[in-house]
Amino acid sequence: MRRSLPLLTVLLFGYAFLYGPILSLIIYSFNESRLVTVWGGWSTKWYGELLQNEQILAAAWLSIKIAFISASLAVVLGVMASMALIKFKRFKGRTSLRLMLAAPLVMPEVIIGLSLLLLFVSMEEVFGWPEGRGQTTIILAHMTFATAYVTVVVTSRLAHFDFSLEEAAMDLGAKPIKVFFTITLPLIAPALLAGWLLAFTLSLDDLVVASFVSGPGATTLPMVVYSSVRLGVSPEINALATIIVLLVSVAVLIAGIVMFRQEKQRQRELN
Amino acid sequence: MIFKETATPTSKARQNWHLWKSSFGKKSLIGIPWLWMAIFFLLPFLFILKISLSEAALLQPPYLPFIREVEDGLVTLVLNFSNYMLIFEDPLYWKALLNSIEIAAIATLLTLMLGYPMAYAIAKAPAAWRLPLLMLIILPFWTSFLIRVYAWIGILKNNGLLNQALMGMGIIDQPLEILYTQAAVYIGLVYTYLPFMILPLYATLIRMDNTLLEAAADLGCPPWKQFLTVTLPLSMPGVIAGSMLVFIPVMGEFVIPDLLGGPNTLMIGKLMWTEFFNNKDWPVASALAAVLLLVLIIPFVLWQHFEQRQQAMEEKS
Repeated sequence: MRRSLPLLTVLLFGYAFLYGPILSLIIYSFNESRLVTVWGGWSTKWYGELLQNEQILAAAWLSIKIAFISASLAVVLGVMASMALIKFKRFKGRTSLRLMLAAPLVMPEVIIGLSLLLLFVSMEEVFGWPEGRGQTTIILAHMTFATAYVTVVVTSRLAHFDFSLEEAAMDLGAKPIKVFFTITLPLIAPALLAGWLLAFTLSLDDLVVASFVSGPGATTLPMVVYSSVRLGVSPEINALATIIVLLVSVAVLIAGIVMFRQEKQRQRELN
Repeated sequence: MIFKETATPTSKARQNWHLWKSSFGKKSLIGIPWLWMAIFFLLPFLFILKISLSEAALLQPPYLPFIREVEDGLVTLVLNFSNYMLIFEDPLYWKALLNSIEIAAIATLLTLMLGYPMAYAIAKAPAAWRLPLLMLIILPFWTSFLIRVYAWIGILKNNGLLNQALMGMGIIDQPLEILYTQAAVYIGLVYTYLPFMILPLYATLIRMDNTLLEAAADLGCPPWKQFLTVTLPLSMPGVIAGSMLVFIPVMGEFVIPDLLGGPNTLMIGKLMWTEFFNNKDWPVASALAAVLLLVLIIPFVLWQHFEQRQQAMEEKS
């Protein structure tokens, strides 16, 4: 026990570093004072102001809409890509597919944003589509990088997948599509949920790519937050941050419990 | 009876139909994601290259086409390398590039120094604790990145929480100037990229064969030497993967240097943003992106090389 004391200290310090700033935001969101660092007593007035800020509400709604659509489509593409990579070990273009799905994970956002904008501008010149930039172009952009993340999550799940279950169903006469929807899909559902949540939050959170590919008509939540942070700190942002942290924690907690239970069940089945 | 039936021509045709269908299914399963990524991820880089070779203009979009009428009826291909010349001649640009490499390298090292002990501690924790401890590492990653960076402004400001605490404890009597310095940029970078370092490190540490350590201990190796000669070399794939996951995106980072760094923090991602949004110079912004891409290809290939080796090792075992 004494030997693990340094490790415990490291963990405590590390978690304090990770959670300190978030905790300070939550506490100061209940601050009465307009000055962000001066404590003026407890109050929920910034939550009230937040709910009346139409610009923030409209941006939040747009962001949620974009995140929902792009995450759902990214899951479809990501599952296809993972199935292709796991099921077929050798095919033409395997290496290029793997690289194209790995690169967005590390590619600086400024490059993704700029390159996609230039693509959209050229596409509009040649095909007349997408007309201008806004919601559609942001969804296309978010789908593309989210697909890479979904593929990582789903591939790691499929790597441990027992494909003899699929074969058994096929031997009993089920068609490939039916096998996928009745056997494979339910079994990898937790990974799909995790991938979807990841894609959703990535889209909801993205400032840089969205700034490049959006037009004057479409302002997402991070864009509003960024401009208000740049103009000076506004206490409403603390309230907004607290709400986001709360929602995300609940979602991750539920996902964690689901995965934990499944893991336990799997281990029980193995024994 | 059953065997005979499969040999009849009708079922043969059905088999062929199945074969055709499954190969069609295979093709679309591979082809659709491949095409999508090729069009929306790979192809755009060609457009970066294209625009970086064109001239800026007061147009919509703000650059001149490649192939255009120079004089009446004379159509020529105009390639313009001046954007690249500018990057190499104007010290502002190449200093930003060198600065980005330096900042990314130092930030990676700092993240490694904090992330390694944490990953090690989680891997050594009792089995039941590991999943919750990992969840706690990932949780901040799910909350808004922008808001987490913003939280540091309130902490690092001259009259912020950190200075208030330090002065309250009597450690300092003048507030430390941290916000809008390089130090604030490092804090922000380490803070946001820490999970990307810990997760691959943890993955390699947890897979490690503990009997090797026991063997070393049996042969009289002290714990610190066990760590240096057994654990550390075996965790190198994780160290490299984690370092690349931090180094490459930090090179192009824009938000952290913009919000936490002062006007003196010069990074290439920030410069690209300024050229694009403030100066509306798309060709120079594209040339900067092309140079940044070129610089990042080496670490990317290195990372992929190690990933593939690890995958091959896993498939073998």
